[in-house]
Amino acid sequence: MLLEIANLKKSYPEPSGRRIPILDIPKFELAQGEQVVLRGESGGGKTTLLHIISGLVEADGGSVRLEGVELIGFSESRRDRIRAAKMGYVFQTFNLLPAFTALENVRLAMTFAGRAVDVARAKELLARVGLENRMHYLPSQLSVGQQQRVSVARALANRPKLLLADEPTANVDPANQSRIIELIQSTCRAENVALLLVTHSDDVASRFTRVEQLGELNRAAQQPVVEDAV
Amino acid sequence: MNLFAIALRNVFYRPLASMLTATSMALGVALVVLVLTISGVIEKSLERTSNVGYNLIIGAKGSPLQLVFNTVFFLSKPVENIPYSYYMEYLPGDGRQRERERIGGELKDPERSGLYSFLMKGGFAIPLCMGDYVDRFRCVATTPDYFELLKHGDANDLPYTFSSGRNFQDYSEEHGFFEAVVGAEVAESLNLKIGSEIFASHGAESGDTHAQGFAVVGILNRTGSPNDRGAFVNIEGFYLLEGHVAPDRDEDSGLEKAGTATAPERSSKLSKVRLPIEKREVTAILLKPSGFAAIGLEKQVNKTKFAQAVSPIAQIEGLLGVFVRPLRWALLALTSLVCIVSAISILVSIYNSMNERKKDIAIMRALGASRDHITIIILMESLMLALAGGLVGWLVGHALGPLSNPWTMPATGVRIDWLSFNSSLEPFIIPGLVLVGTLAGVIPAVAAYRTPVAKSL
Repeated sequence: MLLEIANLKKSYPEPSGRRIPILDIPKFELAQGEQVVLRGESGGGKTTLLHIISGLVEADGGSVRLEGVELIGFSESRRDRIRAAKMGYVFQTFNLLPAFTALENVRLAMTFAGRAVDVARAKELLARVGLENRMHYLPSQLSVGQQQRVSVARALANRPKLLLADEPTANVDPANQSRIIELIQSTCRAENVALLLVTHSDDVASRFTRVEQLGELNRAAQQPVVEDAV
Repeated sequence: MNLFAIALRNVFYRPLASMLTATSMALGVALVVLVLTISGVIEKSLERTSNVGYNLIIGAKGSPLQLVFNTVFFLSKPVENIPYSYYMEYLPGDGRQRERERIGGELKDPERSGLYSFLMKGGFAIPLCMGDYVDRFRCVATTPDYFELLKHGDANDLPYTFSSGRNFQDYSEEHGFFEAVVGAEVAESLNLKIGSEIFASHGAESGDTHAQGFAVVGILNRTGSPNDRGAFVNIEGFYLLEGHVAPDRDEDSGLEKAGTATAPERSSKLSKVRLPIEKREVTAILLKPSGFAAIGLEKQVNKTKFAQAVSPIAQIEGLLGVFVRPLRWALLALTSLVCIVSAISILVSIYNSMNERKKDIAIMRALGASRDHITIIILMESLMLALAGGLVGWLVGHALGPLSNPWTMPATGVRIDWLSFNSSLEPFIIPGLVLVGTLAGVIPAVAAYRTPVAKSL
């Protein structure tokens, strides 16, 4: 199994000091090359789950194992290295660096992974997402759909084992939505990369054979909200 | 892409902010360089010029510094005169007797040697008469010894050489006593050539000139010393100009005796008749006594009623210590403050950009950049702005140096070139910039280091 989550817990403090549980996931698994869509209500903890898996946010407890390696409890710098080497991340708002061209955005991911920059692969990835003629364009010179395609290429730059995609089509027009999802799925298939994709879209979800509802995985979402006694 | 390239791109992505920030640093550094260059030139000039190859200047009682400024730098108002016979007391060996035979005139105890001649063995005494001008330049009347015995240069080992012509002679068949040598700047400014005639004015820059001129027979090569700005005429000819004859004085009161300032009859310009000793005065005597006699001689002379002996080196050192160096430090402190303000502007510029760049930093972190990567990138940006601004400022400072020549040259005689390195502090500018750039980047770097990734994405 590529990704194994067990008894994962995360809560956030309220201004009153009381902690609100956001995630309490007894078990979640993802196999090598598997593609899963994760759905759920807004504010249900989907992005938080992706952040915890990627190491951007620390969990309160539990276990997250990637290729059998436990990530919970690692130092931040070690989580940074693992994220750069083994995971790719596609954001809802693309999050391209505006000062850098499409090609440089892809190369940056390689730089931060501490690897020798493989320009040929960066170009190949951009060509695969249909941007061979836009490699030297700044993000501001690209359309919304093109920007998201750059972010897909960037997420795959370091040959990750797991691609995390957080509502990658939320800001894309319907015509481009299916093209982007098709692109992500086909590229992950070609590179044998596992995909965990968060979406609200029924159309997007319908393209996946495995659809998980966070509300069903997450015991925190199943607990009734208890008002404080006044 | 390496971290340097990333930092460089970030700097260029905000061209206006980066340029303004670097410009403020450039201005600060340009001011520092300018202060260092000009003060360095002045200090070096004073130090070098005070090491003139003679140990003492003898002149009338008065301000020692004025005597030095007047004699060495051709600045300040001319001082009072002393009798020529007093100058003769310093001539080594039997110089006093030989001088009397050469010039003629009345002299007390003509057979004896000079009072100080025993301290002058192997040394020399050169008389100077000052007070006249050639155009705006000082007219210095002296003997040919001035260019034959004195040297110049940092080590005071370079003989005076002529770009054209020769030294003036005591008497020449062609021009009689009326020959002159001019410094390089005088020749250049007044467009003088060999054979040109210069006319000394009556003791003021704009005064009427004497009717008798001096033929330019030599033009000095540039020396970087005040001599570049001097018009040197034969002292024998100078004495023969109208109004340069000293009157007789009452021995007790020192008052002038009316009608006694009369020049001897001369049949023509080439006449060999000289002004007699008793009608002559000198403004200063450049003295090089033998061995270590200078200290004793200085004390002896200063005990007399009407003359003083001044060590130019000591006077200049005193001036440097009391005035020039403290002033330079004060100016440096001020200009350094400008640099610190510039550094703060770098800090503010980068720190302000942190807000709009929080997301970029979070993206880089999400891509795998460590906090250390981000810190290094921000510090590099700060360093780049400081160094780029500093380098431009350094070049501008050096470029502005020559523009100050119209003010510094007349005072120092030294021309500032495009790349004059005149201060021992200048090598510290680049390390200083690295330090300032690093310090300016620390606070923004810490802010970047602490950027919460998940919240900023």
